Amino acid sequence: MELTVNGERHSLDIEGDMPLLWVLRDELGIMGPKFGCGIGACGACTVLIDGVPERSCALPVQYVEGAVTTIDGLSGDGVLTAVQEAWIAEQVAQCGYCQAGQIMSATALLASNPAPSDADIDEAMSGNLCRCGTYPRIRAAVKRAASTQSARS
Amino acid sequence: MASVGKIARRTFLIGTAAIAGGLAVGAYAYRRPPENPLVARADDGEAVFNPYLTIAPDETITIFVPRAEMGQGVSTTLAALVAEELDVSLEKVVVEHGPASEAYANIAMLEDGLPFPTYDESTMATIARSGVGIAGKFLALHVTGGSSSTVDAFEKMRQAGATAREALKQAAATRWGVQPTELETDAGSVRNPATGETLSYGVLAADAVEAPVSRDIPLRAPENWKLLGKSQPRTDMRAKVTGAPIFGVDVALPDMLHATVRINPHFGGGVLSLDTEAARQMRGVHSIIEIDHRLGRGFAVIADNTWRAFMAADAVVVEWEKPNSTLDDAAVSELLAAAVGTGSRDVMRDDGDTDIIFADHARDRIIEAEYHVPYLAHAAMEPMNATARFADGRLDLWLPNQAPNLIQAVAAAALDIPTADCTVNTTSLGGGFGRRAEPDVAVYAALIARETGGRPVKLIWTREEDIAHDYYRPAATGRLRAALGADGLPEALDVVVAAPPIFSPMASRFYPSISLPGPDKSIVDGAFNQPYAIANYRVAGVKTDIPVPVGIWRSVGNSINGFFHECFMDELAAASGIDPLEYRLKLMAPYPVATALLEKVADMSDWRSEPAEGRARGLAFTLSFGTWVAEVVEIARDDRGIRVENVWCAADPGIVLDPGIFEAQMMSGIVFGLSAALGQEITLSEGRVQQSNFHDFDALRIDRCPAIHVEILQNAPRMGGAGEPSTPPVAAALGNAIFALTGERLRRMPFAHDVTFV
Repeated sequence: MELTVNGERHSLDIEGDMPLLWVLRDELGIMGPKFGCGIGACGACTVLIDGVPERSCALPVQYVEGAVTTIDGLSGDGVLTAVQEAWIAEQVAQCGYCQAGQIMSATALLASNPAPSDADIDEAMSGNLCRCGTYPRIRAAVKRAASTQSARS
Repeated sequence: MASVGKIARRTFLIGTAAIAGGLAVGAYAYRRPPENPLVARADDGEAVFNPYLTIAPDETITIFVPRAEMGQGVSTTLAALVAEELDVSLEKVVVEHGPASEAYANIAMLEDGLPFPTYDESTMATIARSGVGIAGKFLALHVTGGSSSTVDAFEKMRQAGATAREALKQAAATRWGVQPTELETDAGSVRNPATGETLSYGVLAADAVEAPVSRDIPLRAPENWKLLGKSQPRTDMRAKVTGAPIFGVDVALPDMLHATVRINPHFGGGVLSLDTEAARQMRGVHSIIEIDHRLGRGFAVIADNTWRAFMAADAVVVEWEKPNSTLDDAAVSELLAAAVGTGSRDVMRDDGDTDIIFADHARDRIIEAEYHVPYLAHAAMEPMNATARFADGRLDLWLPNQAPNLIQAVAAAALDIPTADCTVNTTSLGGGFGRRAEPDVAVYAALIARETGGRPVKLIWTREEDIAHDYYRPAATGRLRAALGADGLPEALDVVVAAPPIFSPMASRFYPSISLPGPDKSIVDGAFNQPYAIANYRVAGVKTDIPVPVGIWRSVGNSINGFFHECFMDELAAASGIDPLEYRLKLMAPYPVATALLEKVADMSDWRSEPAEGRARGLAFTLSFGTWVAEVVEIARDDRGIRVENVWCAADPGIVLDPGIFEAQMMSGIVFGLSAALGQEITLSEGRVQQSNFHDFDALRIDRCPAIHVEILQNAPRMGGAGEPSTPPVAAALGNAIFALTGERLRRMPFAHDVTFV
């Protein structure tokens, strides 16, 4: 089986029904996406497949068509994205466990909607659970990232 | 104040320990200073100053925090305590968790566990608090909990930085042949202002640790602080926005295996039969073993991949023993109802003579109500996990945890090895909330590692296992009654709360031979120790035995009693026709710290103006973990349901060390409390939990999260905590807002039973 993750192509001898999350974590050692629920309900495992956010914990790897991007691949050259910079500026993370998924969802949102409203943010981000309750700062960070992205472009 | 004397003569329940009983759980002589755990693990040339600080020749300054980073910011705020006195910036330091050690004993947590309210400055309370310091060193609990991290570290870690700074100056003074008092420190160097010469800490460190330094160095006054009292960028933020492998689930060791467990979900039950034939044939399966420990019985699957372990576990055919098969929610309600009515009461506050007032009072001026809360799971985002390696008679553990040296002792005992032959490495925690103070997952990992021939093995639970095997926030029933005087204020308030005790079973999980007698403070925490001036005021707890494992859940008993006490206070105000803010201002008049917060939150929320049509506000106040908190919740109704729109929070921790992190903790506690108030509930059937994952045990998500506004006051005379105190009032404030909007008084959580939230 072939899989492209963060620009790198991998050949894998694995069961097709293994969820992408465990292929990434236990077979490829890519630890950014986190295991939270195994049923696609919390979003900690969110990755992008051709730019679309997907819950990797409930996605059999055999159905992955397209390039996978995990948070590990966002800042491959050490330069953080506007979303990551906004997360730092707003000091969003507490325990941090869900934040890889939050950032991937926010990245996808801003790619398709550069100026999201509060309702847009709520809709795009409500699949990502945060038990630390960082939501107020997530809202602020998404807006900050939107404005810096639009200033850059 | 409350007649604490009779309690004090019995047994103090302080966290997980009873002092008066003279427990010898930590057999450490008080006078013997604990060993510095960093000495054994320091690299060559690395200078070890104290249990909090090492400096290497390459200028690497490492600060070891004694508490677990689980989101509350200790890796920033506690590091800043050392850095402030050491004259280094936080960007220049590496922050690590200290290894399991009695050197990191948490004394402040035990102090807050005493049966004295925060505002009690009586001789008795003062003596007890100082006594805890001694007992705490005996017990040597290296534990994160009770919102105590900053309180406990405030003196010790600044002193650690100051002592090191003076030692570095001494070393430089010796080299230059001058007096240390002539020298200055800044940005990781010692400087001689007379000559302009500088020497870096890395160069001086080896000499400095040998330098004689006074132990009694004055600490800098707050007005001179450069880091403390100001919001600092978190030291862990970059790792957390780049997906760095910092959590327990991310531990990766050479030749590592993966594992999962299935423990009998029927509490206390064993394994009747186990058929592993099919599972053992599955790809990647290493072995399947039975788990038989007092903490849980079931089986473990060891495999070469976590998912393969999950799949093989599903394929194991197991027949569980089913004890307590009649235990369900109705049975719990009956047990609590019986206990609150006729159970043996531990009176934790008894001012005046409550019985006499009620006996003589007009019936129509007596208000009575019964409140109830359900069991709750912690559901931290990171499922329970631990990595273990057992080789050459030594056990090494890596896990996100809140109690390293307690877990060390229990895990070592499970393998029948000396405690000293077990190490516990604390990773970052993907949430804790009290759950990670428990030893179960480490024990299972140790038992599994015994079967892998020295190969390390990482145990990860499924979310289903996590929800089924929590140590739950107890269910509880409160019966409250008040005798209203002519002025509408309570002449007498009588509170009885029935709930399972937390601390005695928790202590026995660590030390099976221990049972803690006496009252359990958690049952009445948040009710018996509130700053209300009511002449006849009695609060009693009834320990109610129910065969469901319970433990510490963010804010512990305060999460129950904040709701009971503050909704009932709102009932009294309503019955008297007095505004809930004015009602509290009258009752808290002797406590200016509280009334200042009430006025503050009233200003923030524009309380004294009439809310718009279809909107309402509710107010609540709880003093917990030394921090005084007033909150107002504002809700709005539309044709779909009720929406929580705003929460205003005014909090007073006495001294705030990092306003940005403190604000984040207030927000966090509010969201945690709202999650429970809106919809969370663990229900029981046939002696097991019915919920299994986030689809049926969800939490607040961003689309229902209100705007949260936090203001900090610093009037309180003593320092309080941050991690928990904002949780207790928020459910009550929401319940009071719902009453203001609908006229319906909700006395049972979660409110989703009675209200549709949007």
